[in-house]
Amino acid sequence: MWNTVFPYLLSGISVGGQYALIAIGYTMVYGILRLINFAHGDVFMVAGIIMIYISASGMPLYVCIPLVILFTALIGFLIERVAYKPLRSAPRMSVMISAIGVSYTLQNLVLYITGGLNKQYPTIPWISDSVTIGPATTKIVTVVTPFLTIFLVVALVLLINKTKIGMAMRAVSKDFETSQLMGININSVISTTFVIGSFLAGVGSILYFTNYNTVIQTSGAMPGLKAFVAAVFGGIGSIPGAVIGAFIIGIVENIIKGMDVILFKSGVIARPLGLATFSDAFTFALLIIILVVKPTGLFGEKATDKV
Amino acid sequence: MSLLYVDNLKVSYGGIEALKGISIRVEKGEIVTLIGANGAGKSTTLRAISGLVPLKEGTITYDGQVISGQTPQKIVSEGIGMVPEGRRVFPNLTVLENLKIGAYLRKDDLQPDLEHVYQLFPRLQERSWQLAGTLSGGEQQMLAVGRALMMRPKLLMMDEPSLGLAPKVIQDIFSIIQRLHEEGITILLVEQNANAALKIADSAYVLETGSLGMHGTGMELLGDERVKEAYLGKTTRT
Repeated sequence: MWNTVFPYLLSGISVGGQYALIAIGYTMVYGILRLINFAHGDVFMVAGIIMIYISASGMPLYVCIPLVILFTALIGFLIERVAYKPLRSAPRMSVMISAIGVSYTLQNLVLYITGGLNKQYPTIPWISDSVTIGPATTKIVTVVTPFLTIFLVVALVLLINKTKIGMAMRAVSKDFETSQLMGININSVISTTFVIGSFLAGVGSILYFTNYNTVIQTSGAMPGLKAFVAAVFGGIGSIPGAVIGAFIIGIVENIIKGMDVILFKSGVIARPLGLATFSDAFTFALLIIILVVKPTGLFGEKATDKV
Repeated sequence: MSLLYVDNLKVSYGGIEALKGISIRVEKGEIVTLIGANGAGKSTTLRAISGLVPLKEGTITYDGQVISGQTPQKIVSEGIGMVPEGRRVFPNLTVLENLKIGAYLRKDDLQPDLEHVYQLFPRLQERSWQLAGTLSGGEQQMLAVGRALMMRPKLLMMDEPSLGLAPKVIQDIFSIIQRLHEEGITILLVEQNANAALKIADSAYVLETGSLGMHGTGMELLGDERVKEAYLGKTTRT
């Protein structure tokens, strides 16, 4: 039983870590702007495309990887400046529509560049190697992901709780006007939030696409949506909530993918039922259940202002 | 030269003129108060000075420099502190962090200023690790004042500091205002509690729906029949 479940659990934890790195971007931006940044999943996808084109130029990977992360962070910064900042005092719905516009612009741009073909993600040595842990054989990236995720989350939480810019971020997330009276430049704090969110999505994209091998213009949609659900599940605005939500969704989704095999091997069912098909539906069923039972999510604060 | 000179200030919100051209002088070392009914434009005046709302017309001069049109950050850094209406402490930050964020633009040692604030408000020191959202209304008001002091303002603007507080706490707040005044901080005070504000004010202005009404020393207005009737409640029973 354990031998059958373990590989699915392992990849669930890994996918969960990748979702977490995306989910933080959603939750932080929501925390500060009360905006669901629909373009975030596409920023993640663009990070994958950038990697493909940069590495095709023949630069060594130790240059490519930092460059990818840097460019992704820059894209996050530019998106905020171009598409959201001019709408700072506009109704929230306008900003949301702008976000949807950015999402499609990025997808169309990538479609234009790639011609809509699946692009092969470069093989990153070491983390693409196979490793056997107990009953599971997987890529090293699967094992590395949760540790890297936890490390980055701890660093982020320290940044937010212990540094001056973190303090400013917490202040701005509560009260724009009073923050300005303290001398805080809210635009630079908001930019910082986007840079951090995109940076993490950039790291996440390297881990994720190393696992999935190909990138196409719609590659960001599903992981983006899953990460969004994870953020809502954990309580949007809460970083620990987003991380825990992401791990839960990653694990359960992968267990469902393996449900047929698990049930078959343990003798509960005589032939496969094709349950794996429902792994995506599960995520959204979960979203509906949360919204009904606990609209604020696991760690969400009581809503003081809502759309 | 006045420390602050507001000249013909006009502000509109979506076509409605909230301030219809008011002029105010604040001399260095004074306590100046703006009194008036709800919606008279008192808060708008302070918000315009601190750069939070754009001016339609007029200029604001502080310490010889025109500050109208500047960002709130720039205005704070020039030495104009603000205690906003409704206290607006950051509920998700600790008391200590609220004080530190008040000195956001400063890069030097904050310890002497923290000690000064703690000396003015010992309660804040006792509660320095508590989240500001858990403080009582009076404590939050003290925190809002302490936070503004952390920037070492030359001019401290206070918007309705007594609003919603118990009479005993209001007394404390007013004695703190006088103490800050004695320390040399110039104060621009907006109050609905006209009686208490006029008693301590060197100079006072009455605002009536966006226009300036009477002007005089605190004592002059305190003794004025019309002010008594409109803002102080009739206490002239015989």
